[in-house]
Amino acid sequence: MSKEHDPGMTVIVKTVTRLTVGLILLYGIYIILHGHLTPGGGFAGGVIIALAFINLDLAFGGSVSARIFSKASTGVVEALGAVMFLTLALLGMKYGGFFDNFLYNDGNPGQLVSAGIIPLENIAISLKVGAGLFGIFLTLIILQKFESEKK
Amino acid sequence: MIELYVLLGLMIAGAVIAIEVKNLLSAVVAVGIIGLALSIIFLLLKAPDVALTQIVVEIVAVILLIRATLHREIAQKSYGTRPFGAFMGILFLGLAVVAAIVTFNDLSPFGAPLMTISEFYPLNAVTGTGAINVVSSIILDYRAYDTLGEATVLFTAVIGVLAVMRSPGKKNEEDLQENHE
Amino acid sequence: MNAYMPYILCMILFSIGIYAILSKRNIIKIILGVVIAEYAVNLMLVLVAYKVGGRSAIFSETQVILPESMVDPLPHALVLTSIVIGLATTAFLIALAIRLYGKYGTFDITRMRELRG
Repeated sequence: MSKEHDPGMTVIVKTVTRLTVGLILLYGIYIILHGHLTPGGGFAGGVIIALAFINLDLAFGGSVSARIFSKASTGVVEALGAVMFLTLALLGMKYGGFFDNFLYNDGNPGQLVSAGIIPLENIAISLKVGAGLFGIFLTLIILQKFESEKK
Repeated sequence: MIELYVLLGLMIAGAVIAIEVKNLLSAVVAVGIIGLALSIIFLLLKAPDVALTQIVVEIVAVILLIRATLHREIAQKSYGTRPFGAFMGILFLGLAVVAAIVTFNDLSPFGAPLMTISEFYPLNAVTGTGAINVVSSIILDYRAYDTLGEATVLFTAVIGVLAVMRSPGKKNEEDLQENHE
Repeated sequence: MNAYMPYILCMILFSIGIYAILSKRNIIKIILGVVIAEYAVNLMLVLVAYKVGGRSAIFSETQVILPESMVDPLPHALVLTSIVIGLATTAFLIALAIRLYGKYGTFDITRMRELRG
């Protein structure tokens, strides 16, 4: 890959991205896992994780994150999140009703492992939201590259 | 609450700039200003969950809008307004604002919400679900059906984007895409 | 009158968004109008939930927080889902706009109507 055709931004942006993208991912995971204790939750955490991958794509030019996370696998991960969410909801039917909090047993509110199925639901929601938004982003980028090749 | 009025004024100024400025990139950046001011307002109104979600969603929205508009040089101009639509818009939105001001007198005033239904949630969230974040306990336990519907809408939107952005069914372009992938 | 002033400013913001949808010819400006109106609706719901001197709706392990002192958490939960839905619909609108640009070569909606056929 020659210097002129090097996609993406300058070396400053690339270096800073390389340093910070792991921290952004870690922050997203923290937000998801502490969704029942602190502000945040599955929605915000999922979008933050999607932003980490978007950051890679914007800094290094379209094809970098496709090596880690292709467009097909975003669909798989999103479906996985949806299936996990619905499975948790349906398992509640056995104990009392749809979305019944069947793992909850009055224990230690405020700890990381508490609140029954709410942390698991947060993880499912974050998979769904993050993979969905990243899939949208990849789709827009792939089509753009495609158009510029046609010209 | 003077800072609330300052931020609301900033949002209105940003909205006017966003829809009246000629350059589309400036318009998108002005929408970014609106979203960030909105996030600070959510913090002032004691809604940290909503503020966190708003700020990250705003960033994604601005990135998508810029990637959609920036690289097309032809598109970097505003085409002006439709006079009939502008006239009718001003007329009926003026009426709507007057009607809304009359209607707001029936709401509970700002800063004193009616909590006849929702006082249940802070009273029972910790003993009922174990989550000390009441908003989290609402969206994932008491009103999880809302979240399920939200997941469905998000899924539909992703499917819609994938279907719309699919390459058109010409022979050459299909071959090109297969080689590309 | 002062007690309803934030609601009225919020309504004005909503009107600006709807005005952009009604009057603009550029399809990107219309999308921006949708986004602004959506922000105004979210803001309205959270404004209704605010209580003077209230705390955010999170309990603490170490200090005692009375449930009566909290702001209304129900609109926050509704807005939280509404924001993500708004982003998804915005992305869908952007995809439609890109597709229309590829077909007609312009973002002008009046030209699109003329070029039909």
